[in-house]
Parts: sequence; structure tokens; C-alpha cells
Amino acid sequence: MLIFECPYCGVLADETDLAAGGEAHLKRFGPGSSDDEFEAYLFNRENPKGVHFERWRHINGCGKWFNAARCTVTMEVFGTYPAQTLEPPTEITNNISIKRPGWKWKEFS
Amino acid sequence: MKKYSAFAVAREALRDHLGWERAWSSPEPQKKYDVIIIGAGGHGLATAYYLGKNYGITNVAILEKGWLGGGNTGRNTTIIRSNYLQDPSAAIYEKARSLYENLSQDLNYNIMFSPRGVMMLAQTQHEIRGYERTAHANALQGVSTEFISPQKVKKLCPIINIDGPRYPVLGALWQPRGGTARHDAVAWGYARACSDMGMHIIQQCEVTGVNTIDGKVVGVETTKGAIACKKIGIVVAGHSGVLADMAGFRLPIESVALQALVSEPIKPCMDVVVMANTVHGYMSQSDKGEMVIGGGADGYNNYSQRGSFHHVEETVRALVETFPIISRLKMLRWWGGIVDMTGDRSPIISKTPVKNIFINCGWGTGGFKAIPGSGWAMAELIATGEPGPLAEDFRVTRFREGQFIDESVAAGVAH
Repeated sequence: MLIFECPYCGVLADETDLAAGGEAHLKRFGPGSSDDEFEAYLFNRENPKGVHFERWRHINGCGKWFNAARCTVTMEVFGTYPAQTLEPPTEITNNISIKRPGWKWKEFS
Repeated sequence: MKKYSAFAVAREALRDHLGWERAWSSPEPQKKYDVIIIGAGGHGLATAYYLGKNYGITNVAILEKGWLGGGNTGRNTTIIRSNYLQDPSAAIYEKARSLYENLSQDLNYNIMFSPRGVMMLAQTQHEIRGYERTAHANALQGVSTEFISPQKVKKLCPIINIDGPRYPVLGALWQPRGGTARHDAVAWGYARACSDMGMHIIQQCEVTGVNTIDGKVVGVETTKGAIACKKIGIVVAGHSGVLADMAGFRLPIESVALQALVSEPIKPCMDVVVMANTVHGYMSQSDKGEMVIGGGADGYNNYSQRGSFHHVEETVRALVETFPIISRLKMLRWWGGIVDMTGDRSPIISKTPVKNIFINCGWGTGGFKAIPGSGWAMAELIATGEPGPLAEDFRVTRFREGQFIDESVAAGVAH
């Protein structure tokens, strides 16, 4: 069973306390953007076999959204962090680089 | 290939069964093929089969990283139905269902198609309205379904509890010509027929890269060396995103785990397929007597072929209420498969940004029922380079065009 530490309330929450919210760090595009940008934002997904940044909501807890870095093959959780950020914290990306050399994710990796 | 028949069984019985040949050959890869199909599951093998049968293209390799039919083809709950709401879905699923009807004869391989009937229970007022709408849509599409009363549900499936208490059965969408088939046999039958046409099925051969020149595919890198080709069909379900990444494009797909389980075998007690979408569970009885149970998909990205325990618990809890007879059954096996979900819960059979690469994916939680129709449409796309009437609505660009084929009600949960 997946267990994440909620970065807001500090609770070790298992997945029955949480709701999955899909890919994190989507760059949003609205009116005035190109069709390609709008399609990439609305529909296309990284869906990696490996390191994945994703959103979770502590729905049966504090109710807040947070982000997590997780491996989609081993289910290892590399860390969680508050959602009010454009990029994952460097401690987490460094941690991933040690454990998964050569990992990639769109702009930052 | 020697034909399978009652005569062949009698002949082999008289000579200690020494005359049976291998159903398909396992050749080493050639340097070059006309078409490479990546993925020897049901959809990939069916694509290859109809390439040969309908278009005479037989210089084909089917590459499989594991073993033939070992992915979702061997992991589903074998249900076949075509009671979808939207016209493009009804067309391709009904094509598949109708091909299933005489697939055993077509392939000379018993796929054990059993048109025992599929019912989807309506357990809320909302579901009644939804399924009545589907029944009307199916009537216009030429798909034989009807909305039936709770009494008829009880008559068709006596072990069901129609009185609730939480979710009483208020009716059902009944497709008498739906049913089940032996999932492995579908893959094996197609593989045998493909091998007989001279196609190469290469197992334990993982594709590690896609070679392109000027935006046009020229071959693939594999664990058994580079193989050149003119066209590629990617038919890899859960791993579609991985292959798309190798070819340099992205897909509107996320891969999640879908789980199923079977009970210990019991005496025949249920000769229809029952799906209960409100409570997220569905069940049928296999020919061996096992109760075959499936539930909802997990909500997070996953490539591990294992799902969350609490999802299975929810499924079984709901089914025990619907079928009190199963409350003491022991479960024998429990497994997961990686399914490729699109936003509108409809598949993708499409050209891609790379010339001569075609992709067939996004079948999500319900690909098994579509195998023959999917292969038929994909073969047309690969052979002619253009989608035919079955495939054209399932193009990948439908998302940016806003032309969704919204089946999230019919296909989002149960299959």
C-alpha cells in the first residue's frame, strides 16, 4: 500500500486517506496560446515508466493538495512537497539522481 | 500447418499423440521486414493476421518483449459485448463481436466463444435513464440490446439478490449475444494462423529504440539487434507511452493498474455475465467453475502489474452483497494488468507524428472484447496508410479537435 507523508500536517497517510490527482507541474495555457500548447496542457501526459511527479490530495485528512515524486515501477516514494511551487525542491531531485541516474522529466531533471 | 479436426484427434489418439506439431514457429529475426508489429498480444496478433488475410502482406514480424499473450490478453476477465453509447464505439465493438462469432472456424482454433449474454445492472435511477438511453442508441446502431426488468434479471441469474438493501437491482441492460471467450486461445489461435502465413513471431525480443530518418521510420533497435522495416504498428497497451517516447512523441494516455481475481472452482451456478457499475464489480463463471471477478482501476500511474488491495476489497464487498452465495468462497488467484487510459475512455487507432508509424492503444479497461475489430481496423490503417471507416474517428488528433468519443459512462469503470 502506498504511504505518503503529508507535507502540511505531517501525517503518514496511506492511499485510502488520499485521492490521486494526476501529473504535477503541468504548464497551463489559456486563450491566446497555440493549439499545440493547449493540447499538450489539456491532454498529453508524460506517463513515464520510472520517476513520476504527481498530485495527491489528503482527502480524508487535512484536505490539502500536495505533490509527490514516486517511481511508477517500484512504487518507491522519493519525497513529498507542498503544491505551491513550480519545480520540485532540489533535495528531492538530488535524491532521485542518486537513486535513478539518468532520469528525465520535461524541463527539469 | 496441419488442420485441427475431430478426425485429427482420432488419428492422434491411435498413435500416442506423437503427430501434433508446434502451433507456431520461433524463428530468429531477419534483417528486414515490410511491417513490424510491436507487441504480440491479442491486438498485435490480430493486426498481423488481418494484414495477411485482408491485404496479402505477410513479410511481417511481430516482436514481443515477454511471451506471447502474456500481458493484458492473458489478464482480462474475457468479457465480450458491444453495448456502447457512441456510434464509432458501437461500430468497432460490434464488428469485433461479430468476428468473434465465427473466429474459431476462421482460425481453425477453438477460442471457446460463449455467447451466454451480458447484463449491466441498473442500481440507481440515474443508471436506469443511462441504460435506457444506451438501449435506444443501440437500436439505432443495429446492436441487439434491451432494457429488462428486475424480475427478468432474477430469472436469468437466480443467484443474484435484487432487493438491495443498499443498491437494489432496478433493471438491466441486456445483450443476449455478448458473452465470453477463452482469452489465451484468442492469442494462440491468431499466432498459429500468422505463423502459418509465414509471419515471424519473435518472443523475448524487446524494442529498445526506434530509428527514423527525416521524420520517417526506417527500423527498430531490439535486444536481438537492429531490424529494418518500412512500417511499424505499435500495439503495446500499457507501455504505449514508453514506445511513443522512443519514437519522439507524446500521447494523451496514462497507464494504471486494473485488477482481477478468480475463486476456487464451484459447480455451475451462473450462466450469464453480470456487471454492476455502481458498486464497481463484475462477475462471470468460467468453464472450469471459477468465479471470475473484476473491479475498478486504480487512480494513479503504475507499471508494476500489481494494484491496491483496498480496490479489490471494495469490489468483493460489493459483489458479496449482490451475490450472497459467494460470501464463503475462497479466492485462488489475484493479479493486475497495466491498462492505457485516454481522457474520453475510447481507444486510439491512428497515424502518428512520425511517418509510417501507426499506433493502436488506449483500450483502457476493455480491450479484450475488441481484439478482432481492432486488428481489422489497424490492418487497414497500416496496409493503406489511411484509416478506414472503423478507425477514422479514433484518430489521436480528436482530442485537440474536441471530437471526443465520450464513453466514460459505458467504459469508465467496469469491463
